[in-house]
Amino acid sequence: MESDEYEVMQRVPLRERPEWSDVTPVPQDDGPNPVVPIDYKPEFVETMDYFRAIYVADERSSRALNLTAEAISFNPGNYTVWHFRRLVLEALDIDLQDELDFINNIAMNNSKNYQIWHHRRWVAEKLGTDAADKELEFTKKILSADAKHYHAWSHRQWVLLALGGWEDELDYCRELLEEDIFNNSAWNQRYFVITRSPLLEGLEAMRESEVSYTVEAILAHPENESPWRYLRGLYKGDIQSWVNDHQVSLLCLRVLNTKSNFVFALSTLLDLLCHGLQPTQEAKDVVAALEMSGTVEPDSDLAKSVCFILEHVDPIRANYWRWRKSKLPHAT
Amino acid sequence: MEKSNIQKMGGLAAEKHIQYILTVEKRKDDFVSVVMEHLRMSGAYWGLTTLDLLEKLDTVDVDEVVSWVMKCQHESGGFGGNIGHDPHILYTLSAVQVLALFDKLNVLDIDKVTNYVAGLQNEDGSFSGDIWGEVDTRFSYIAICCLSILHRLNKINVEKAVSYIVSCKNLDGGFGCTPGGESHAGQIFCCVAALSLTGSLHHIDKDLLGWWLCERQVKSGGLNGRPEKLPDVCYSWWVLSSLIMIDRVHWINKEKLVKYILDCQDMENGGISDRPDDAVDVYHTYFGVAGLSLLEYPGLKAIDPAYALPVDVVNRIFFGR
Ligand SMILES: [Zn+2]
Repeated sequence: MESDEYEVMQRVPLRERPEWSDVTPVPQDDGPNPVVPIDYKPEFVETMDYFRAIYVADERSSRALNLTAEAISFNPGNYTVWHFRRLVLEALDIDLQDELDFINNIAMNNSKNYQIWHHRRWVAEKLGTDAADKELEFTKKILSADAKHYHAWSHRQWVLLALGGWEDELDYCRELLEEDIFNNSAWNQRYFVITRSPLLEGLEAMRESEVSYTVEAILAHPENESPWRYLRGLYKGDIQSWVNDHQVSLLCLRVLNTKSNFVFALSTLLDLLCHGLQPTQEAKDVVAALEMSGTVEPDSDLAKSVCFILEHVDPIRANYWRWRKSKLPHAT
Repeated sequence: MEKSNIQKMGGLAAEKHIQYILTVEKRKDDFVSVVMEHLRMSGAYWGLTTLDLLEKLDTVDVDEVVSWVMKCQHESGGFGGNIGHDPHILYTLSAVQVLALFDKLNVLDIDKVTNYVAGLQNEDGSFSGDIWGEVDTRFSYIAICCLSILHRLNKINVEKAVSYIVSCKNLDGGFGCTPGGESHAGQIFCCVAALSLTGSLHHIDKDLLGWWLCERQVKSGGLNGRPEKLPDVCYSWWVLSSLIMIDRVHWINKEKLVKYILDCQDMENGGISDRPDDAVDVYHTYFGVAGLSLLEYPGLKAIDPAYALPVDVVNRIFFGR
């Protein structure tokens, strides 16, 4: 556990350190009748008692800065300590590059902590565009251990928008998707880049190349939810192009022909039919073949058949598919 | 006895969970108590709401809790996570919710709390968590929920607050923490609830979001918070409450979800964990019980999906009992 590391270093109690001899610690006030007294370990209690003393005295000194580091090592979630650390940093006019190194060390074991990311953003914002590379590098390091890390992605998006550094972002998304094509965060970031990067021409200009990229990804793993949603997102605000683009319906049929992992292909076909796609004979045959291989009774209405099959192959969401069936426009 | 064997024998171990909640802070688990120290206000909200859902709130000394809560208030009007801690919007909502549970909102200087919360709204309609300016749609929900409970929604720019939330909507119908942020069930709950409390649900594509949410149910019956992530009891709350607010909860398999939550109980010592056989904590105990309440599990009080408070408490706030 993170909190134990400090003990290994043979911590000298604050009351035995000469530089703290002039400070009287302030004990925790749980009120006269604490709801339920909490058992804290003594080193933590001592550190917090001294912290309270300098906090109440509003002492913005370098020993105060060191003490906040110690308190943070016990509990990096304590936002009051972080808050005070920022006040001290502002008062001491310290080189904030050192602060980034300090956060690096803390973050390696506590990267799910909101306070660390908030603090990091505060420092990076002060450093300005010079910090962009370092911040992108930092998030990359966190993401190399956990590629779906929500805070790291959120920070990275902020860095791109506030400080820049878009040049390699699409490549970075491609890299991550090569490692794990199921990474929804990377797909989300890809969409973020193609819709927001000032270096690209926007969604419509990117559509053609993105559609072929996504189609490949889907064919490799048709059970992957993310690229199916991404594909739909590429036609945002332009449903007609989506319905009319043969690549989309063709993709559905190619997956359906394999007769495995076809839930998203079938649901996309259903969406297309609901938005006015005229069913081809090929589509009817492919769906009929799925009916033959299952226990589903054939129906003359293609969309209805599709719903029947989905209800069968995705039983946990049977109610959803039944609802879709009840909402079908007449005679698709 | 083998945990899984007892579990086969069935239901919700309500008595055990009550005991677990009542003794949780006494446990000599150093790391947990250190970590809980600064968020004790949220811990109090999770624990006390769980007790109320289990109809056992009367075992708690109201005056002790209320006087402790009020000691956590800062001169700015906001509340800290514990005595002597800086105020944050997160703990301000928890404090207001705890007081609401005990029908003690009258001890508050409502204008003071309102000024603190309203003061955190930014020009673009978003909300910061504290004076340091971190922005997140979670804080939008918290501000709106808090002011709604205090009957002071008119003190913020609701229209701008709504349009900021709508700007965080994604191609999958879900919401992220900021514009362009990945959809995440926790953030979706915050955005859907905020839109619900401000009468703005028409901004949601309910069918698209409903489908994304019901895709979160995995084979074990549990719910995850994002595609390809592991199921976790806390998502029972976030996904379920969102589905209820947009009227699509019948799209998931409720029986399987009930079973998943029950499988995450510690049948010997009480408490609920994120996944079967993991260590229990107050947070997941609350979300497990709250999730079962949304699923209309027998013996539990009903909980309001947007306010995250028992329905009778919400009725008391808005209809004076
Ligand atoms: Zn969880």
